[in-house]
Amino acid sequence: MNNEQLVVTSSPHVRDDTSVSQIMWSVVFALIPAMLAAVYYFKIQALGIILVSVLGAVITEFLFQKARGKRVTITDGSAVITGILLALTLPPTSPLWMVLVGSMVAIGLGKQVFGGLGYNPFNPALVGRAFLMAAYPVLMTSWTLDGQTTATPLNLMKMEGLGTDYWSLFIGHVGGSLGETSAFALLLGAAYLIYKGYINWRIPAGMLGTVFILTLILGEDPIFHLFAGGLILGAFFMATDMVTSPITKRGRWIFGIGAGLIVVIIRLWGGYPEGVMYSILLMNTTVPLLNRYTRPRSLGEVT
Amino acid sequence: MSVLTFKQGIHPEYNKELTRDIPFRKAKRPARVTIPLQQHIGAPCQPLVKKGDHVDLGQKIGDSDSFVSAPVHASVSGVVKEIKKVPTPVGKESLAIVIEADEEDTLAEGIAPKGNLEDLSPEEIRKIIREAGIVGMGGAMFPTHVKLSVPEEKEAEYFILNGAECEPYLTVDHRMMISRPEDIVFGLKVLMKAIGVEKGFIGIEDNKPEAISSMQEAVAGEEGIEVKVLETKYPQGGEKMLIKAILGREVPLGGLPIDVGVVVNNVTTAVAVADAIKKGMPLIERTITITGRGIKEPANLICRFGTAINDLIREAGGFAGKPGKVILGGPMTGFAQPTTDLPVVKGTSGILVLPRKEVEEFDPLPCIKCARCVDSCPQFLMPVQLANFTEHQMYDKLERYNVLNCIECGSCSYICPAKRPLMHYIKLGKAEIIARKRKAQ
Repeated sequence: MNNEQLVVTSSPHVRDDTSVSQIMWSVVFALIPAMLAAVYYFKIQALGIILVSVLGAVITEFLFQKARGKRVTITDGSAVITGILLALTLPPTSPLWMVLVGSMVAIGLGKQVFGGLGYNPFNPALVGRAFLMAAYPVLMTSWTLDGQTTATPLNLMKMEGLGTDYWSLFIGHVGGSLGETSAFALLLGAAYLIYKGYINWRIPAGMLGTVFILTLILGEDPIFHLFAGGLILGAFFMATDMVTSPITKRGRWIFGIGAGLIVVIIRLWGGYPEGVMYSILLMNTTVPLLNRYTRPRSLGEVT
Repeated sequence: MSVLTFKQGIHPEYNKELTRDIPFRKAKRPARVTIPLQQHIGAPCQPLVKKGDHVDLGQKIGDSDSFVSAPVHASVSGVVKEIKKVPTPVGKESLAIVIEADEEDTLAEGIAPKGNLEDLSPEEIRKIIREAGIVGMGGAMFPTHVKLSVPEEKEAEYFILNGAECEPYLTVDHRMMISRPEDIVFGLKVLMKAIGVEKGFIGIEDNKPEAISSMQEAVAGEEGIEVKVLETKYPQGGEKMLIKAILGREVPLGGLPIDVGVVVNNVTTAVAVADAIKKGMPLIERTITITGRGIKEPANLICRFGTAINDLIREAGGFAGKPGKVILGGPMTGFAQPTTDLPVVKGTSGILVLPRKEVEEFDPLPCIKCARCVDSCPQFLMPVQLANFTEHQMYDKLERYNVLNCIECGSCSYICPAKRPLMHYIKLGKAEIIARKRKAQ
C-alpha cells in the first residue's frame, strides 16, 4: 500500500500534553487565592484595580499584535498574568487611570517592544510598576487599611522602628499593595505551582533563604522580613517568571540568592523601605550571563 | 531490591498494555522476500548470488570485506528473482535481493551446532557471530562482532544486557525475557566470554515485573550474572544511561562504553547469539511488536527479514480506521514512513500505527525559556541553546556546547510546551558538525 496521506515528521512522534497556555492559565489559577484575599481586605477598590489591569494588559497585547501583523495570542494567558501581577503590586487607593497606564506600559514597553512572549528580558509587570513608581511616586505610596490611612509594615519598621505581629503579617491584615498582604494566600498558590512543576523551587528558596540568613546575621527579625512587603509575591510569582529567569539549575540558585541580597541591601540601607521590585529587575539583567556561565556539566564531560 | 536509575529524563505514556501480555506468534511465511544488502551500520554488502540462482534457507547471500559490516542471509529457500534498489526503513536506498520462496525451507549446507561454549575461543565466537550476520537488534543495527572486538589498549570489565525497553509501545524485549530467558543467559555467557569478562548484568525497568522474575529465575545459580532492576523512565535503555544507572560510570565525551570497561547489547541480540552457537543458525528472522491504536489486532510477531510491512499489518488485522502515521521503531526514536511498502530489516523492532486523530500537527510557539528541556536532558545538555545555535548557524558554539554528546533520545522535543522541534534542529546541527569535521580531515 502506498499511502499518500501518511504523515512523515522526524522523531519523537509523541508529545507531552503540557502547553504554554496551560502553564500560563495554571499561574492565573494559582493567583486566585491572592486575588480573593485582596478583594477581602480592600473590597471593591481591589476588584476594580485587578479588572482594569488585566483588561489593559490584554487589550494592549491585542493592539500590538494587530499592528505588527502577528498572530493574536491573548488567549494564552500570559497577558492576563501580567495584568494580575501588576495589580497585586499596586496600592489599594490607586486611581484606575493610573492602573490602565501601568498595564499598558507593562505589556507595551515590558513585553511587546521586544517581540512578545518569550523575548522580553524584564518581568513585564515589574516594568509597569517601575514606570508608575517613577511617574506617580505619591500615588504609589499611599496606603489604607480598613478605610484608614496607614503605613506598610516595612515603612513602620524603617521610619519608626515599629514591628508588626507575625499573625497579621501572615494572614495579610496589614497595609500594603493588593498582593503584599496575605502571605498565606500567596503560598497556597505557590505550593500548587511547585507541585505542578511550573515554577522552579530553587529561585524562591535562594531568595527567601538569603533574606532570612542575612537579616538574622545583621540582627534584624528574619521572620518579619520574610512576610512583610512583597517578598513572598516576588519570590514565588515574579522572580520565577520563566521567560526572565535562568534556564540552568545553578543559574537559578545564583539568581535567587542575588535577588535576596539586593532586597536586604535596599531594605536596610537603601532609600526605599522595600526592594523586591528592583532586586528582580536587576537580576533579570544577569540572566544571559548566568545562562552562559552556569552551563551544566554534560554527562562524561571533564571540566 | 533497590531500583537503579540515571538523573533527569522523562515519563511518557508507555502504552505497553496493548501487546504486553500477548505471546509471540510466527507470522506466515512470505511468498516473496526483499532482503536489503545494508541492514547495519557500516559498509554495505555485495551480492553473492545472481538472478535465477536457487538459494537455501540461511544461505549467505551478501557480504563485505570491510570489518564494520555484517553479512545477510536468505530468510527463505527459493529462487532469486531480482536484485534492485529499494527504499529501507531508515530512509536510505539499498540494493536488495528479491527471493521468491518455495514451500520447502530447505536448510543451507553447513548449518549445524557450533559445539560447547567451553571449547570455543573468543576469536571463534566473534567469527561465528560475524558469519551469522548479527547486529544490535534494539534498533541501532551496529555489527555485534565489532563491539566485541575490544581494542588492545582497553580493558573490558562488564557486559550489560539491555532489557530496559524504555521505548513506549514496544514489547519485544519484554516477551523475549519471558519466553526465552535461558537463551538470553546463554547468549550473555557467550558475549562475556567473547570479551573476556567475569561479570554480566541484565538491566530491566520495573514496569516489567514478569520479565524480572523470569530472568531472576534464569540467572539463579549462574555465577557472575545479576539482574538489575531499573526505574521506569525514558531513556533508561540508552547505553550511557544504563551504564550510569548500573555502575555509576560516565562514558567520556566522544567516547564509547568500552572506555569505561563496558560493552552493552540488547537481550534480543543475546538470543540471536545463542541461536548462532546452539543451532548454528544465522540471523534470518526477528521479533517485532506491531501495535498502536491504528492497528486492529496488535501483536508480537516473529517474522523473517524481507517480509513486507504490508503483510504484517494485514496479519495484525489491518488498519483500524484511517492511519495517520506508520512508524518503524518506537514513538520516541522511530522513523515515520511515507509508505508501508518496505521490508522488515534486522533493526525493525516495532511497527507503530498511530490513527489520524492521534497525529497532531504542531504549530511551534516562541520558546518561553521554561527550561523543561534542560531539566530533562539525560546527557545534561541545553537543548534550547543547541537548537538556537543550529537555527542561527552558530556551529562553533554548537560544538562547544557538546552537541555531539547528544544521544538523540528526543526527550527535549517531547517535553517542550511550545512544541518546538528541538530534536529535529539538534540532529541537523550534529550532522553539520560531523560533516565539517570530515571535511577538515
